[in-house]
Amino acid sequence: MSTKKFMFLNRKAPYGTVYALESLEVVLIGAAFEQDVSLAFVGDGVYQITKGQSTDGIGMKNFSPTFKALGDYEITKLYVEKESLEARGLTLDDLMELTWEDEDDDWAEKPSIRLVSSEELAAVFDEQDVVLSF
Amino acid sequence: MSTLHTVNKSPFERDSLATCIRLSTKGCAILLIEDGVFGAMSGTDHSDMVSAAMKDASFYVLGPDLAARGMSEDRVIDGIQVVDYSGFVDLTTKHDTCQAWL
Repeated sequence: MSTKKFMFLNRKAPYGTVYALESLEVVLIGAAFEQDVSLAFVGDGVYQITKGQSTDGIGMKNFSPTFKALGDYEITKLYVEKESLEARGLTLDDLMELTWEDEDDDWAEKPSIRLVSSEELAAVFDEQDVVLSF
Repeated sequence: MSTLHTVNKSPFERDSLATCIRLSTKGCAILLIEDGVFGAMSGTDHSDMVSAAMKDASFYVLGPDLAARGMSEDRVIDGIQVVDYSGFVDLTTKHDTCQAWL
């Protein structure tokens, strides 16, 4: 089977709607098919990977720790649009530290989050075979 | 007559908050809940709109919804009061009517 480039485009905040959780479920299912998978966080999607989420008070499952497992599924490219962060008064420091281990580099821990400009992200979209929008 | 307005949509995704501010009257209360809590944060593209609206309306934000989204209470716009669920109930009893901007 040939490998295709799949991009999951996340544009919704977590918890208010079910899109963010559904996207993550599909990402994990897709990981089993050994495709070239990447994620993009745009607009309110950047809120999905903020640090320190605590859902005890709203009676919903906090699914943000699941993003930390993506590296183990060889999903190592999480693009975050810089302009979206800036519009929300956020910086990289406000996001979770998401990493993956590079087996070709003595299992060195490397960051999964790639902060990109709109222009750079547009170029990444251009390379994709399939974009799944959530 | 005083009204409690609730806004549950992100100001980046919908115009609920802007519409609520535009169509509410002096002395009302605006409570930000669910994805609406992003409107309470300082340093965003919408902070100035909210700060300007605070001269006519009292603003509140639901703490558990902030915490769920990893939004620190320390970065809520000055003058917006963080309330819990019982504070939400108190607000509904203090006002004559409640209007939800879905």
